[in-house]
Amino acid sequence: MTAVSPPPPVTAAAPPAPLPARRAGFTGRLLAEWTKIRSVRSTAWTLLIFVVVSLGLTGLLTWLTLHSLNNGKNGARDSGILTDPVNFILGTGLGLGQLAICVLGALVITSEYSSGTIRASLLAVPRRYPVMLAKALVFAVLVFIIGEIVAFCSFFIGAVLVNGQTYTLHGSVAGHAVTVHRTLSVSLSQPGVLRAVFGSGLYLTVLGLFALAIGGLIRHTAGAITAVIGMVLVIFPLAGLLPDSWGAHVHAYLPTIAGQLITQDKPTAGQLLSAWQGFGVFCAWTALLLAAAIFLLQRRDA
Amino acid sequence: MIEAQDLTKRYGDKLAVDHLTFRVEPGRVTGFLGPNGAGKSTTMRLVLGLDRPAGGRATINGRPYAELAQPLRTVGALLEARAMHPGRSARNHLLFLAQTQGLPSRRVDEVLDLVGLREVAGKRTKGYSLGMGQRVGIAAAMLGDPSVLLLDEPVNGLDPEGILWVRNLIKQLAGEGRTIFVSSHLMNEMAVTADHLIVIGKGKLIADCSTREFISRSSEKSVLVRSPDANRLADLIAAEGGKALAQEPSDGQAASLSVTGLEAPRIGEIAAANRIVLHELTPQLASLEEAFMELTAGSVEYGGGETTVAGAPPAPSADAPPAASAATPPGGSQ
Repeated sequence: MTAVSPPPPVTAAAPPAPLPARRAGFTGRLLAEWTKIRSVRSTAWTLLIFVVVSLGLTGLLTWLTLHSLNNGKNGARDSGILTDPVNFILGTGLGLGQLAICVLGALVITSEYSSGTIRASLLAVPRRYPVMLAKALVFAVLVFIIGEIVAFCSFFIGAVLVNGQTYTLHGSVAGHAVTVHRTLSVSLSQPGVLRAVFGSGLYLTVLGLFALAIGGLIRHTAGAITAVIGMVLVIFPLAGLLPDSWGAHVHAYLPTIAGQLITQDKPTAGQLLSAWQGFGVFCAWTALLLAAAIFLLQRRDA
Repeated sequence: MIEAQDLTKRYGDKLAVDHLTFRVEPGRVTGFLGPNGAGKSTTMRLVLGLDRPAGGRATINGRPYAELAQPLRTVGALLEARAMHPGRSARNHLLFLAQTQGLPSRRVDEVLDLVGLREVAGKRTKGYSLGMGQRVGIAAAMLGDPSVLLLDEPVNGLDPEGILWVRNLIKQLAGEGRTIFVSSHLMNEMAVTADHLIVIGKGKLIADCSTREFISRSSEKSVLVRSPDANRLADLIAAEGGKALAQEPSDGQAASLSVTGLEAPRIGEIAAANRIVLHELTPQLASLEEAFMELTAGSVEYGGGETTVAGAPPAPSADAPPAASAATPPGGSQ
């Protein structure tokens, strides 16, 4: 065996014939992100879980609550279905379904790190930040469309179950027996209802971006999902226990606490922010975290 | 052309890449050689802008990678670690890359044909063998028909047929005038593929020369001599200042010597002058493997402390000259 092969004749560095040149630009990056997100099964599965859990639980919990009211179980009254049925409808199924959006948001970016796809992505787009912007935009549009559909479907499912139900409540006020007759009725034309339903889709969209930003910061799937769900389900709600007025202010300005205001048709007593103000606060948090994720993406070794 | 200038990468206190300066010229295959952990992959990642250097700079055709507008049309890269989602099909992996560069989707089919994966391209890559994964990586590198290719351990996991295919592809691409930079820790693979070698050890440049020059320059040359009168010849060679090592005679053949310190013509003259019959007189070119081990062993000594480098010979004893002890015994390997 000879140790060396003769060097091939060196042609005068003639570059290969160029492929049809077409500037890809940001449209190309968006198309690429759409290809990425649609070509893994986890996207379809997570969205399917979101739809089934949201719509299924909305129907099931609304029906169960109405059923127990009919059977005279007073505990069901505390659910708020009588005082604010719209909030009850939008809060049950979507309250759990939102976790699927958290998972998908984190997964969309962390799966690139766990699989190594991020290296291919950054080789193709070495300026890096367009990858994150295109990903965020494509994901936001996807969640917005599915989120609005599910929000409106949830509302209509709940409305069908709730409308026309009449309750007779017996109680006592200052020693006198009181009987109240109440007929439930919800519709999009009632004040704040359309905004609350549409706002539920908006909230889910920003929640998805919030999870995406956390995923971009943490870069590990399990860690990012735990962090997002821990914040949404545990940490932020628990902050409501903070004492005094500063505690109330801190709680009110936390991302998803503020963000959920837009999903409520009626303001609660002592609410510090209006619905749109709350949504603005949530957007600001999310923008800040996305900016931090992009900043680190630019700086860190991939 | 790829140029690295004073390229440095630090992980904690450890210098993974230590002030590397080199050029990779177009039109030939440049092998990037070094033991595991020498910093080959890190250097490639620095050139590709995936890692930030602690110092120095790397350019491709005169520009940093990050400034290339549609980089895959200029540079194709196959990284050592698999860089694709196991749940995504090869076609979709290549498709999204093509879309970022504004390449038509028929280009995806072209590169799939090139690597022979068209039939399975719709399947998720989690079912692919290591070799098929490498082929997808090569397809991705070729997507933009780049004039510069960086391939990190491209024959990893390939069967002999696949290795031959990669070897021929690389040579063909270099023949077309492209810049080919191929890393490997397999010296013999580089011996048959590379025209030029850049050798590093512990992040430092050890050699930057043609493959042939690398072998002849860095390795002690020996001459195989076969003679029925080997013992007398050995004494005469020793008297002339050479060093002869008797070797196991093989069946039915005359005893042989492995001679160092004297060139073949001089040995022939000695034999002729003393009327000794020679059956064989063959200059032995050390294999690239030996040359490489000798060099990296030296770099380890220079680096201080550690003595184990990818199968390097044991540490020299204190009184032995380092070069002699680090060299593989002449004729000791095939």
